[in-house]
Amino acid sequence: MGRITLDKVTKSFGEVNVIPPLDLTINDGEFVVFVGPSGCGKSTLLRLIAGLEDVTSGQIRIDGKDATQQAPAQRGLAMVFQSYALYPHMSVRKNIAFPMKMAGVPEDEQKRRIDSAAAALNLTDYLDRRPGQLSGGQRQRVAIGRAIVREPSAFLFDEPLSNLDAALRVGMRLEIMELHKRLATTMIYVTHDQVEAMTMADKIVVLRAGNIEQVGSPLELYHTPRNEFVAGFIGSPKMNIFGGNPAQQHGATKIGIRPEHIAASTETGTWSGVVGVAEHLGSDTFLHVHETGLAETVTVRVDGELPVRHGDRIFLSPDESKLHRFSEQGLRA
Amino acid sequence: MARAVTNRRKAIVTVAAWLVGIAIFFPILWILILSFKSEGDAIKTPIEVLTSNWTLESYHTVQERSDYFRHFLNSVILSVGSTVIGLIIAVPAAWAMAFVPGKRTKDVLMWMLSTKMLPPVGVLVPIYLIFRDLGLLDSRVGLVIVLTLINLPIIIWMLYTYFREIPGEILEAARMDGASLKNEILYVLTPMAVPGIASTMLLNIILAWNEAFWTLNLTAAKAAPLTAFIASYSSPEGLFYAKLSAASTMAIAPILIMGWFSQKQLVRGLTFGAVK
Repeated sequence: MGRITLDKVTKSFGEVNVIPPLDLTINDGEFVVFVGPSGCGKSTLLRLIAGLEDVTSGQIRIDGKDATQQAPAQRGLAMVFQSYALYPHMSVRKNIAFPMKMAGVPEDEQKRRIDSAAAALNLTDYLDRRPGQLSGGQRQRVAIGRAIVREPSAFLFDEPLSNLDAALRVGMRLEIMELHKRLATTMIYVTHDQVEAMTMADKIVVLRAGNIEQVGSPLELYHTPRNEFVAGFIGSPKMNIFGGNPAQQHGATKIGIRPEHIAASTETGTWSGVVGVAEHLGSDTFLHVHETGLAETVTVRVDGELPVRHGDRIFLSPDESKLHRFSEQGLRA
Repeated sequence: MARAVTNRRKAIVTVAAWLVGIAIFFPILWILILSFKSEGDAIKTPIEVLTSNWTLESYHTVQERSDYFRHFLNSVILSVGSTVIGLIIAVPAAWAMAFVPGKRTKDVLMWMLSTKMLPPVGVLVPIYLIFRDLGLLDSRVGLVIVLTLINLPIIIWMLYTYFREIPGEILEAARMDGASLKNEILYVLTPMAVPGIASTMLLNIILAWNEAFWTLNLTAAKAAPLTAFIASYSSPEGLFYAKLSAASTMAIAPILIMGWFSQKQLVRGLTFGAVK
């Protein structure tokens, strides 16, 4: 079981208030991603749940029990760190065994769990190596193995993939998702990468300056962002947001339209502009269009076959039904 | 690409470097040579010195006149004793400052270092008087205390910089894994800090072994280490060259041999952090 409830939790470092009163419920078995720009308090929030930082006020409950004053180990949570944080002087086997050794798990049970974790994570051949002799991906697997054998009520991941190269990151992302499907244990995952958030999460928590901007499923955030910040943060390439006349025509202070909801044509359209850069990805092309009178750059996602180059004039037509309207306060109107 | 260096330049720099190296090493080599000569031969011209007979006479005389092994034992007790006590005090201190720094940690570190900037002779008289009143003059206990105190700032600084290199996340991982403070220190921190503690220990033994100011001023005979043993052969009058050389060689040799065998460890410890 791993139901985690945060009740009016706050955190201050000296005078600086990092987390204002914050409420959040994470249900058992959920894959929750905390996402936000750096410095938004997402790692601090995770560390509060882990018990590595003390809350300034408020309450953290795990499975209904007050865990606010409990030491990290008593909370029954396991954490995977960005730097892997393996014990460099111990073999892989000893690294994985360490939490069980601390908990006094019998030797034969330890061995059974190590073998099954190693088999699941493709580490069987590396059990007698030291972390220094492993690649980044293997080290991350050891860190995950060390977390699994504790059979925790929830896993906490603190940007676990940001030290890996792009190809490995995609592979590890899938492995972690498969692990979640197999174990069905609560996972809380911190990242600044909105692609990771969108692809992995059951529920995304978007944070800014310690405040929760929105909580919802990836598609909810994509289709109905609660405010301008979430609209700009979720989705890649970013949503185009502009004010002025075009916004007033739609009865809003600002309007947003995603690059994939703008049609481009070389002959006719609502807006016109000049192509600055065309990024050809093969399947798609991202056009960065200038001189539209809307914003400095409007990003448009078009078919990979559209033959446009730098300096070409182009016409753009937004899909009116996919327009997002925002009020003066930046809230969804 | 490496910088272009002409062969001629390379040759000049190499010769210059060797000359400087030899110039620095020469006095030590000459001490070694003189220690195997008779007193009469030792004051002759260099050519005559080199061609004269080799003899162990000076070593015999030195051992007969003053008990080498007693001084050696004192040196060992003083350097190892002060190092062990220093480490016992410094490890927790450095630990606290590296892992739970407070507002004043930097100031405390600077303050400790500042004590090394004070000329020791400035406090010689008060310390001498205190030692006299406490009956610590010419005692091993007294000297161990002094050597511990004068080297403590260096031990703490070395350990502090070394501990600082240990990533905090590893300690947090241990905490998450259920390690108590005792287990965290025993199973995670100490094994990771062993190379740093070892090189700190080695350097401190060498510093304490070579320390001469306090050992000469606070001892007479009983607690005198090898530094005092050498000094007893320096005299403004009489023929002492060969004996002084023999005494010096005997005093230098143990620490030189220890340094030679542990140089890899020492260099690693001293450059830790600078070269990762």
